[in-house]
Amino acid sequence: MASGKTLEIRTSPHILSGYSVDTIMFNVVLALLPVAGFCVFAFGLAGLLTLSVAVVSCVVTEDLICRATSKPSTVGDWSVTITGLLYGLTLPPGLPLWMTAVGGVICVALGKTLFGGLGYNTFNPALVGRAVLQAAFPVAMTSWIPGFAAGRFSSLPLSTLTLPFTSPEYDAITSATPLALWKFSREATATSDLAMGFISGSAGETSSVFILIGGLYLIARNMMNWRIPAAIFASVFVFSGALYLVDPTRYASPIFMLFSGGLMLGATFMATDMVSSPMTSRGCYLYGALIGVVTIVIRTWGGLPEGVMYAILLGNAFAPHLDRWTRPTIYGAKGKEAAT
Amino acid sequence: MSQSELATAPAPAAPSIWHMYRAMVGVGVFCGLLIVSVFQVTLPIIERNKAEALQEAIFEVLPNATKSTTYRLTEAGGFELVEGEDDAGRLVYAGYDDAEQLVGLAVEAEGMGYQDVIALIYGYSFTEQAIVGIQVLESKETPGLGDKIETDADFLENFKSLDVSVGEDGSALANSVVPVKHGEKTQPWEVDGITGATISSVAIANLLDRSAQYWVPRIRNNLADFQGQE
Amino acid sequence: MASSKSGTDEFIKGLWNENPVFVQVLGMCPVLAVSNTAMNALAMGLATAFVLVMSNIVVSSLRNFIPKQVRIATYILIIATFVTVVDYVIQAVSLDLYKALGAFISLIVVNCLILGRAEAFASKNTVARSTMDGLGMGIGFAFALFCLGAVREILGNGALFGAQLFHDSFEKWVVMILPSGGFFTLAAWLLLFNWLKQRKAKKEETAALALQKEVA
Repeated sequence: MASGKTLEIRTSPHILSGYSVDTIMFNVVLALLPVAGFCVFAFGLAGLLTLSVAVVSCVVTEDLICRATSKPSTVGDWSVTITGLLYGLTLPPGLPLWMTAVGGVICVALGKTLFGGLGYNTFNPALVGRAVLQAAFPVAMTSWIPGFAAGRFSSLPLSTLTLPFTSPEYDAITSATPLALWKFSREATATSDLAMGFISGSAGETSSVFILIGGLYLIARNMMNWRIPAAIFASVFVFSGALYLVDPTRYASPIFMLFSGGLMLGATFMATDMVSSPMTSRGCYLYGALIGVVTIVIRTWGGLPEGVMYAILLGNAFAPHLDRWTRPTIYGAKGKEAAT
Repeated sequence: MSQSELATAPAPAAPSIWHMYRAMVGVGVFCGLLIVSVFQVTLPIIERNKAEALQEAIFEVLPNATKSTTYRLTEAGGFELVEGEDDAGRLVYAGYDDAEQLVGLAVEAEGMGYQDVIALIYGYSFTEQAIVGIQVLESKETPGLGDKIETDADFLENFKSLDVSVGEDGSALANSVVPVKHGEKTQPWEVDGITGATISSVAIANLLDRSAQYWVPRIRNNLADFQGQE
Repeated sequence: MASSKSGTDEFIKGLWNENPVFVQVLGMCPVLAVSNTAMNALAMGLATAFVLVMSNIVVSSLRNFIPKQVRIATYILIIATFVTVVDYVIQAVSLDLYKALGAFISLIVVNCLILGRAEAFASKNTVARSTMDGLGMGIGFAFALFCLGAVREILGNGALFGAQLFHDSFEKWVVMILPSGGFFTLAAWLLLFNWLKQRKAKKEETAALALQKEVA
């Protein structure tokens, strides 16, 4: 008998195939890297620091909370890294770093671990952190620095290194996002600039092309539900297209709506978060349509120029209900039986 | 105590209608008396507080006024002096200086802001044909952003002298009060907006325009109503 | 009723062990709505405490006079009376405070804490004990509101009772003044209270175990 070989006795399943949580999450990080890379290229040191502080604050918070509650650390499954990256990508790149850190703690503590950790959070943690920051520091969260500034790799915007708990001072040059330009002065931005990201905005929302590349990679590897972004893009296009046909001077064109603001990033990487989106296919279509319509409603009639974040959070809240309403009939069951 | 009573007596005898009646009426009378007496004591103080607050607001928006009287818009379109504490109808407040000369009128106005209705009082000067001061009475605008309408120095500068002169036919303003983007004010009837509080500052400009369009022509056509009382 | 409890016990329980906000989680509407500054919170807390004490006194002194069938209607009548009184008094004292508290003064009527104490305690206990209970619960309520109001005002305005605490450059956390800040602050306080309670329970448990071992 060959000694040294142990006989493993385990319960099923015995054959493992497909992806584990870790692999999927790691691939999402890979898909986000081009977006992050473009962010650093466009905003220089400020973008790099914002992203790093966002990721570090999220990861450290998760680790500390795991220790405090005497649970094994879940940092290794990459999900908190994604949260941190996504959260960093939604922030204005000139945001004071102390606010970035505060938001990172809120993301993980309030958005994720309070609900029970990965798999239990109702809302996308990255967006929870951003929503709280938006409400807490509305001025700082809407002060954008221009991209591709000359000295972006050698100097930082004034506001970035603000002392903790003090108000930031802003550089003389801040710039408005395309959506704000449209909302408050009816100025449209060229589509090519929007697609390539030669505009100002949140750290990661500027380059639609890189976001789509990341999204397509994940779809190709079957790691993302393509129905959700497809439904969001379709509903945004149809709804804003209908409005545009009614009155092109009052409503922005559907192409502009698709490529501006955080819609690309939100639809591709945040609405598709596996935990907080519906599971059934029909549910996914409804969920995407809801997010798309709410986004356009907020952008068109709301007080804010951008509404993707609130639309996705609202969609998250609806996800469990959508699952219940669209539950497939159990094979062989009839009528009411199936519903119980 | 009462729990053991409940346990031993399976069904406590229902009290007669008279008992219930007595309890309700008794308590009702006691409560009524209490409210009426407190009301009697506090009413004069409350009225005085309200009058003082209004008075302060009027003097705030009419810088030279030291005395004020209240007028009501009559159905005929003129104005009549309001006697005593009667506050029904649509009121304006005339302000007079030390020499008993009419300085201007204070008018209340309200309109929808970003969060909720904004109510304010503004002063209208006859000699300048302009709004010479505003004070926000009620606003729930976002702290830090929308509430700049009460604190932003550049914005309040607009209302030191905002042109609301009447057009030639005397039925409307010569120029509507219009909001413009911050730093683009060129005409005396334009309101220089606040960056970051666009909606709230536009709301103020629009509600002033609506109110001035209504009141200023009426006031100018009935100027004599305010002069003859002294 | 445990008649062995002294009046002081009735007073103390409302402050801590049975605190209406942090333990019983009652009357959340005013707690969340008017705790945006310490001043508003304290005024609201004291107004509620006054109504609570007065209604407890009246209800317990009339407890043998009011038949069971009409008790709720009568209690509400009594409570509403004192709320109206408070409403007038606050208007007379300060119009600014009245404006800040707004509709929430009238809404003290529907604060379940007050009807709850009238029904659960005052209608079964002597006037003296009911007064102590009302005082304890009322002050406990005011204390909890103040805790929320202070945190929200310090973070949201950088001030306490209107006095600036920090340098001008302090960045205000606007969210704390907004309604959602009320929820965050309440959650944080509840977390702290539950953690303290659990720790105490654990200590008592281990102490009891140790005692058992010693006896054995």
